[in-house]
Amino acid sequence: MTLKQFWHRLGSPKWFFHMSGPWQGAFAVLAVLLLLTGMTWGLAFAPPDYQQGNSFRIIYVHVPAAVLAQSVYLTLGVAGVLLLVWRMKMAQLVLENLVGFGAWMTALALFTGAVWGKPTWGTWWVFDGRTTSTLVLLFLYFGLYALRQAIPSREAAGRACALLAVVGVINIPVIKYSVEWWTTLHQGATFKLTEAPAMPASMWAPLLVNVLGAYCLFAANLIAKLRTAILRQEPGAAWVRDWAAGEVRP
Amino acid sequence: MFAVQFRRDWLCLMRSRDEAVNPLVFLFLATTLFAIAFGGDPRQLAELAPAIVWALVLLANLLSLEALFRRDLEDGTLEQLLLLAEPPFAAVLGKVAVQWCVSGAAMAVLAPVAALLLNLPAAALPALMLGLLLGTPALSLIGAVGAALTVGLRGGGVLLALLLLPLHLPVLVFGVSAVLDTMAGVGAAAQFYWLAAISAAALTLAPFAATAALRISVEQS
Repeated sequence: MTLKQFWHRLGSPKWFFHMSGPWQGAFAVLAVLLLLTGMTWGLAFAPPDYQQGNSFRIIYVHVPAAVLAQSVYLTLGVAGVLLLVWRMKMAQLVLENLVGFGAWMTALALFTGAVWGKPTWGTWWVFDGRTTSTLVLLFLYFGLYALRQAIPSREAAGRACALLAVVGVINIPVIKYSVEWWTTLHQGATFKLTEAPAMPASMWAPLLVNVLGAYCLFAANLIAKLRTAILRQEPGAAWVRDWAAGEVRP
Repeated sequence: MFAVQFRRDWLCLMRSRDEAVNPLVFLFLATTLFAIAFGGDPRQLAELAPAIVWALVLLANLLSLEALFRRDLEDGTLEQLLLLAEPPFAAVLGKVAVQWCVSGAAMAVLAPVAALLLNLPAAALPALMLGLLLGTPALSLIGAVGAALTVGLRGGGVLLALLLLPLHLPVLVFGVSAVLDTMAGVGAAAQFYWLAAISAAALTLAPFAATAALRISVEQS
């Protein structure tokens, strides 16, 4: 199957539903394995930090949550383009079902950041570049949620949210750099594509495992929600009845 | 098309002047409120003045954005506009231009007066005015996208604020820091370039997004 065909079929809820069953299981198993390994390794076996002692260990939750918070918004932006340009049905489902997950991840990143900030910076909250841009990201998620709630027609709500997500994605870099330039106390990113991390491998390896695990969790969660949404959207369709009766006809 | 739309909206505005004056009244009322709430200490107020004025301009702009498309949606003008063979880009730009004259250009002219109430040093006034002139087009243009998305929705006002304030943050940051840097004696050219760049980008992109948003809003109403 060529990539083009794959892309084309991804737009069909029925095809996606039949194909994604195994993917969901695989991602869920991977997520559990990776997160369990990463968390145990990071929380119990990684060496304590020479300055921060054990309090640095919250990084193993904080960084995956923060990475997901941004990735989810980017995914929403991509889904927005797909919906606005190609009217892809699956994109609408993604836009409807991903906002909550992204908002929770952003809230988790902010919360763990605050818990870590108290012993390390001596305060729960500082209006610094990266914390502020994460807070703004949370407001962007709230905006998407509120807009969808406010528009009664489902189709119009989907397209309005798509537009807002695209505008948001274009704006995120500007927001990020404006507030980073404004003032910065937060340390730089732990992982960069261009250079080796400043931490020893025994500390960043479990973090990497956790980040990968978080992405698998994201995928498993999204697929599960999409499958549920597809069933809810087409409860009477013939293929759904066939599937429920146990005979799968992809 | 731009000129026609501009003239029509300008006439409408001149015939219901309260709408045009409301944002400015809000700016001065709220400035006074801040001055009284901070106890009127001139030195403290001078430090806070750029932040207060910029934040209030942002909010005042938001107030007038809410009405940008509402009347046209209610009387059907908006639908006719979208049905024209000509793309509505120029017309949307014309509407935003009128809105900007009242809550952007007029603000830039009158905000120094509000800033003087807050005891901002006169040397910093040109920076405030220039920042407002360069930054408010972005506020109005990005705002038009939000206004187009929320036109005709119940509780549109609060929703509009929620949608737009995060997107307006960069303009606020650069605008305030331009005034503060000027007060500190450091040049603020970088901030002005940033504001101009954001406005230029908004000028080229926002009318398209606003048009798309208007189509969504009109189709469902």
